[in-house]
This record gives sequence, structure tokens and C-alpha cells, in this order.
Amino acid sequence: MTEKTVLNATHRALGARMVDFGGWDMPINYGSQIEEHHAVRRDAGMFDVSHMTVVDLHGARTREFLRHLLANNVDKLKAQGKALYSCMLNERGGVIDDLIVYFFDEGHFRLVVNAGTRAKDLAWIELQAKAFAVEVKERPEFAMIAVQGPNARAKVLGLVHDVDRTRIEKLGKFAAAAAQGPHGMPLFVARTGYTGEDGFEIILPAEHAVALWEALLAVGVTPAGLGARDTLRLEAGMNLYGQDMDESVSPWEANLGWTIALDEGRNFIGRTALEKQKAEGVKRVMVGLVLDEKGVLRHEQKVLTANGEGEILSGSFAPTLNKAVAFARSPAGEPGDVRVDIRGREVPVRIVKYPFVRDGKPQEGI
Amino acid sequence: MSEIPGDLKFNKSHEWARVEDDGNVRVGISDHAQSALGDLVYVELPEVGASIQAGHGVAVVESVKAASDIYSPVSGEVLAVNELLNDTPETINEDAYESGWIFLVKPSNKAELDDLLDADAYAEVIENEDH
Repeated sequence: MTEKTVLNATHRALGARMVDFGGWDMPINYGSQIEEHHAVRRDAGMFDVSHMTVVDLHGARTREFLRHLLANNVDKLKAQGKALYSCMLNERGGVIDDLIVYFFDEGHFRLVVNAGTRAKDLAWIELQAKAFAVEVKERPEFAMIAVQGPNARAKVLGLVHDVDRTRIEKLGKFAAAAAQGPHGMPLFVARTGYTGEDGFEIILPAEHAVALWEALLAVGVTPAGLGARDTLRLEAGMNLYGQDMDESVSPWEANLGWTIALDEGRNFIGRTALEKQKAEGVKRVMVGLVLDEKGVLRHEQKVLTANGEGEILSGSFAPTLNKAVAFARSPAGEPGDVRVDIRGREVPVRIVKYPFVRDGKPQEGI
Repeated sequence: MSEIPGDLKFNKSHEWARVEDDGNVRVGISDHAQSALGDLVYVELPEVGASIQAGHGVAVVESVKAASDIYSPVSGEVLAVNELLNDTPETINEDAYESGWIFLVKPSNKAELDDLLDADAYAEVIENEDH
């Protein structure tokens, strides 16, 4: 049974091409994926991300629970509304999911986890929460709209109630706050995203989602599908769960070392395995690839290096760069001349530092 | 969805074939196919002079989303390829049945054309696909 977000009919009315995405009937594009991509890089676009799973955690020991559950340290969250990106690991140090955690107050934190991992995430979180007497409450009654691009914040601010505007305008990156939207609808506005552009991700009661979408449309925000979302996040150097990492991959092997907080005395799930792996030397690395020739890098293409074979994880044509880029996982060590097997043809590629694009601009050396 | 031109014949795999006045066969992909693939970013054309077989993959079109083989509707020799597609593959998205053609074949067995679908039969194929 395919699930539908509250915006499903709205997407169809806009002429969206719909696809199955992790059991959800979602828009892949509304005509041209490339034009939607450019709209986000140059102006403002919006994505229905209501399929994502919102989970509220309640209980006096919630922070203590999250110190145990997450590889990043929630003690970095001191001010109300602050957000943190983290991996949730199994005992072997493999990534169960990546998520964002928001701090409301000591008795209330919020997680936003992936749609495709919803059931296993909830089961895992509930299992771990018991020992801390933390209540795990999914919030399916919420919808979520991401508004992204250089003009995204200004366009959203124009729709926020006058009394809230200055406060929301001053929100720092990775911070969130409540505000009133059109007709007084209650919004939870977070300055986060998955495109490499500035913008907001807005969580709101599902019954108001169509009205907010229409209001954003009326101020010139371009509807964008999951296709553009994928090329935007790839250019921005952001991992996609299931493609770039999964339970067989540790954060070290997924370029997510920066999200692991090995602070003293915090015994989070997977820590022992991560420390062991680091001490023994991490065998696989994740790198960025650029193809200067014509062609497109794709998931599962073979990568040939001096140290042996690797594999493309996320790969695509990158509209901002007008050439193909990819993430690949390959054996650690000096890679030599790297080639990718594209339908039996060995094509030379360059290993580069990513993000490939930041704030609308191709990065140096891409 | 634009009208399917009545003078075209089709593969079930969404390639079209048009018999020109001189008997050569021009090949492309249908408007339905370009729409399903999304924005095209790269076309791998066959070699001019190559001998090709009906039903075999002879070209590749790549959209942002995926790569797809193009199967020739007829056997024969490749007389010309649409060089325009090297720099502007999106021509296929914009005009699949005319300026978005992919290659031109001198057919070696005209009877193969009888095995292809006419416009009505092809319309039925895509109708069924959508349900």
C-alpha cells in the first residue's frame, strides 16, 4: 500500500510526475528536474518532505538517553531550538540512520529521521528508550515543507506573522523556533536543509500544509521534486542514507567522522566498535569524483584505483556544474589514476574534495 | 502529452521509426519516453557506417535519472547521426519526433517494418503502462 502525503493532490494538480519513494507516492519533478534544481540554486524552491518521520521524545532523562543513542553529542545543544545532525549506530558501529535532533527543553527533544527507515528506527529507538523511561511518540499528524535557495528565507519571512518576523529572521543556522504563518497557522521553522542553500524546513500540522504550499507558490517559490532534491544534495556533498551509507558502513567510511563526538566518558552505542576501527586503521574511504568527459556517473559503477576496486555510491549529472559528479567508496591509500567503468569503457575521473557546490557556487578545483 | 504522428512506427521499447521518401529510416524515441526519462543530459550516438541489428542496443540516452539503451527498430547501415545531440541532448525533450531524431538507417530488410506497432497500437501500449 503506497502512502500519500497531504499534498499529494496538490502535486498532481501541478502536473507532477509521481514515483514510489520508499513506499511513498512522491513527486520526482513537475516538468523539468534541471529547471527546479536551478530555481533552488538561484532563487527559491520548495519540497514536500512530509514523508519524513517526526518523533518526539519526552521524559526527564531524554538528554541522557540521547547521549547514549547518538554518535554526536547532544550536549552541544544548549539553547532552546538548537539542532544537531547525528548518526544513530548499531553496536558494530554501522549506521542505522542519520537524523536531526532538535532541543525544546530538558523533557522534550524532537528527531526527524528518514522515511525509508521509519519502522526499524522506531523499533530501535523504542527498545533503547525503555531503560531511560523516555516516551517515544511519532507525529504523523505533521507535514513538512522545505523552502530552499538564496531568496527562500525572505519569501518565508513575508508569510510569517508580524510579531514573529524579526525573531525568525534572526534564527541562526541549525536553529528553530515556533511562529505563526498565514491565517495564524502554527509553524515550527528550522533553518536547516538538504540542498547546500540557505532556507528553512517547516514542520506544521498536516491540515495547514496545502494552504502554506499555496501561499509559498503565490510569492514565487518554485515547486521542486525529489529529483532536484537529489542532485542538489549531491552537489552540496550530503549523504543519502541507503545509497552512501547503511548498517554495513561506519561513519568513518562515509566521511561522517566530523559527526562523531568521542568525548570522554560518554558510552554511546557503537563507540567501542568505532574506536577499534580507528585504532586498526579505516580500510575504506569515501571520496568525491568528477568526470570531465561526457557521460554520467551512476550508482554501482565500478571504480578502478591503484589499491583495488571501489564503487560509486551516489552519482549523477550535476546541473550547476554541467558535468557528472559522484561519491565513491574505495580502498584507503594513494589511489593513483582513477577510472570508472561506464558500460565496459574505462573513463578517467578526478578525485576531489567536496562539497562540489556551496551557496550556489562551484567550489575551487571542481 | 503531444499527439503521436500517424506516419511513425514504434517498438514496444518506445523507439520510433519513420520511413523517408528515399526509403531510409529515421529513428528516435517517443515523446512518452522522453517524458518518462526526464531531462536528457547525454546521448551516446552510434558510429556512422556501423552495421546494426533490429532489436539490439545501438545508442544510449542518459537523463539525470537513468541511462537507457536505444534499440534499433530495423537492421541496416547507419547513414547519419544527429550531431546536434552532442551539445544539446535536451532537443529530444523539446521535440522528440522531429529535431530530436537520433540516427538514420539504410534498412537491409524492409519486412522488419511490418513487425513494428502503428501509432494507434503504440498509444495503447503507453495507455496500459500508465495504469
